[in-house]
Amino acid sequence: MQTKNTKRFYLIPYFVWIVLFVIAPIALITYYSFFDLSGNFTLDNYKNFFTSVYLKLTLSSFWYAFLITLFSLFVAYPTAYLLTKTRHKQLWLLLIIIPSWINLLLKTYAFIGIFGLYGPVNAFLNVFGMKETQILFTDFSFIFVSVYIFIPFMILPIFNSLDKLNPSLIDASRDLGASSWTTFSKVIFPLTVNGVKAGIQAVFIPSLSLFMITRLIAGNKVITLGTAIEQQFLVTQNWGMGSTIAVFLIIFMVIIMIITGQRDKGATSNGKN
Amino acid sequence: MEKTSRTAKLYLALVFVILYAPIFYLIFYSFNSGGSMNDFESFTLEHYAAVFSDTRLMMILINTVIVALLSALLSTIIGVFGSLGIVYMRNKSLRNSILSLNNVLIVSPDVVIGASFLILFTMIGVKLGFASVLISHIAFSIPIVVLMVLPKLQEMNSSLIDAAADLGATKRDILTRVIIPFIKPGIFAGFFLALTYSLDDFAVTFFVTGNGFSTLSVEIYSMARAGITLTINALSGIIFIVTLVLVVGYYFISQRGKNPIGMGVRK
Repeated sequence: MQTKNTKRFYLIPYFVWIVLFVIAPIALITYYSFFDLSGNFTLDNYKNFFTSVYLKLTLSSFWYAFLITLFSLFVAYPTAYLLTKTRHKQLWLLLIIIPSWINLLLKTYAFIGIFGLYGPVNAFLNVFGMKETQILFTDFSFIFVSVYIFIPFMILPIFNSLDKLNPSLIDASRDLGASSWTTFSKVIFPLTVNGVKAGIQAVFIPSLSLFMITRLIAGNKVITLGTAIEQQFLVTQNWGMGSTIAVFLIIFMVIIMIITGQRDKGATSNGKN
Repeated sequence: MEKTSRTAKLYLALVFVILYAPIFYLIFYSFNSGGSMNDFESFTLEHYAAVFSDTRLMMILINTVIVALLSALLSTIIGVFGSLGIVYMRNKSLRNSILSLNNVLIVSPDVVIGASFLILFTMIGVKLGFASVLISHIAFSIPIVVLMVLPKLQEMNSSLIDAAADLGATKRDILTRVIIPFIKPGIFAGFFLALTYSLDDFAVTFFVTGNGFSTLSVEIYSMARAGITLTINALSGIIFIVTLVLVVGYYFISQRGKNPIGMGVRK
């Protein structure tokens, strides 16, 4: 492609954005992580992070994120697969996506009513002679609501990769005598693994940093890394510790991105002209 | 293509029911004259009336829409110019590192973005409120615009530009008459996504909003923490309808672009 030096001026606002809102925030967060409450330079925040309180928090945060991702995947993969088989698949996909455009807060709020002591779920359980139980503020409700929120984000990338799959490959596999399961595990899944990875990325990282759902649905019982950051920044006003947790969250994020990363062949290159 | 089996259909139906049930549950109880989300007493529109008579809530609604429109517009402009710059960048490694930097805000957790922007705004002395919320929304929408526009620019055949230049078009003409019309779908997609990002954002706004300013998400959060108010239900009913109209409109616009004459059924 032709290059023209005069075109460089387009980049000015964009460059300012990169410096101010991409590089500076990361630098600032790292910088703040070295200061304590009274503004002295210290490594205590990092020492604190490796105490049992924060290590436990990190572990449980990962455990919850893992469960949320796993359940989302179990629900989303078959859904995406069946969607590709429907006739007006783009329309159906759109219908799956619409709920994700409804404000997150509203959907979470709905579950406060649904899982409430006198809500429909308890009413349903009552029919079977079970007494009202508190479903809200439990691990179950937290994971259920999170999975509910994240499912569309898992379906979308998987749907896209399934949709790109050449159907004659499946026919070939069947013709060669492979069972449905073999076709799935040897042909379909390996070829759509990139979509799965993208889905995991889209669910796992946000799951680590959820804080709104933990507050509204889990009633402060579940503390994720996100909750801890919010707590440090907005409640205890200990920006140093909050930044330290954020630094670790960024590190975890990078690690996850590397694990689930895909070598996209020339996706960012300019093509051959 | 083989027919989808009964169980498959049942499964899909179940997923759809679960996805939509909470939303319809909310809307259903917005018509409840009782004060709770459990017993439906009788039909009423009082909660809708409450939404429209609540001036504070209306102000917040207007604020939310203004922030969304402004941030989408500005981030689209900056994003389009940014992608033009990226596409014409000669140095490949520089271009790739710019692209990675571009994606940082897309993959970063909201909480980290919110916290770091809070530090940034306090350091450079931006007062928390409308300005800080607007700036943050612009900031996190720019990368998504770039991601929408860039593929369109890369798709574009460079001989189009050469032809325009050979025919005597000025740089300005090339931009406004050749490049922009070609990448228009990408620009619209970017604008639309930026809009939804802004409307949907809670975490970042929660961090950078001060005491005086609030957007819908933050307001719903504080209302929901206080307990169940059917005003929120009425609000969600309104939001659902607006979202549906927007989505259906967007769907038909994008479909019309794909096959110009109605429904071209491919066999």
